[in-house]
Amino acid sequence: MKARVHVMLKDGVLDPQGEAVRHALGTLGFSGVKGVRQGKVIEIDLAATDKTKAEAEVRAMCEKLLANTVIEKFSVELI
Amino acid sequence: MKAAIITFPGSNCDRDLAQAFAAAGANVIRVWHKDSTLPAGTDIVGVPGGFSFGDYLRCGAIAAQSPIGAAVRAHAERGGYVLGICNGFQVLTEMGLLPGALMRNAGLKFICKSVELRVETGQSGFTAEYAAGQVISLPVAHHDGNYTVDPETLARIEGEARVALRYTANPNGSVADIAGVLSENRRVLGMMPHPERAVDPVLGSADGAAMFAGLIGRMALA
Repeated sequence: MKARVHVMLKDGVLDPQGEAVRHALGTLGFSGVKGVRQGKVIEIDLAATDKTKAEAEVRAMCEKLLANTVIEKFSVELI
Repeated sequence: MKAAIITFPGSNCDRDLAQAFAAAGANVIRVWHKDSTLPAGTDIVGVPGGFSFGDYLRCGAIAAQSPIGAAVRAHAERGGYVLGICNGFQVLTEMGLLPGALMRNAGLKFICKSVELRVETGQSGFTAEYAAGQVISLPVAHHDGNYTVDPETLARIEGEARVALRYTANPNGSVADIAGVLSENRRVLGMMPHPERAVDPVLGSADGAAMFAGLIGRMALA
């Protein structure tokens, strides 16, 4: 089983990199870009076969290491 | 005073930090990140600057989970002193020993220059040799020094006078110009500027030397 983790800055936390990307898109002529937020996607290959257990384990990984919950939020998707 | 200086793969200020402590009169012991215990009788742990684990995932995130991390946490929890500088500050926030997080600089550029800092409190072993309000000059060299903390925590830190150092001209977007923050018991300090790079006039500034001298003084009293 594979898990895909999305890590994004929490709403309200200023994202300087996303802002820079937004500016660059504007420079390229994409005038309709109202905002850009940049995050991470982490794919994890798991030995587990039980979905519920796997999700709980991946969420623990997020809390402990993959996301800094002071500034980031995460979501877990099993695929 | 016994100072334990940790080295992670990618640390690059560990030797300077060891040197600064030694010059102030400390007995310095170097510790490897895979060690699971600190030397017996360690008074202060120095977590140095650099790019531990290549800044992979987030600055300091992997170092915070290294075997020595648990020993550093236990040391802090029993009231031991910890000084985290630059990447060391990032490691301490990732370990949860200090509030907040260090994000990419607001201007997105790596900043390497001397900055002016105001010492906000003399009420700590780190700042005892400075006068509150004193302006000092120390170098910064970082890409991720933009200190971020939620408004409630910020209010608490400010209320408890735990901001040790503030930039006089904010270089990186840090909230409330914060350059260094103390733990609740005032024995853990994380700071982005490098006092260990300013301990001798030949280095351009000796303003950092008082931090190490202050710590030695505090330990001698203990």
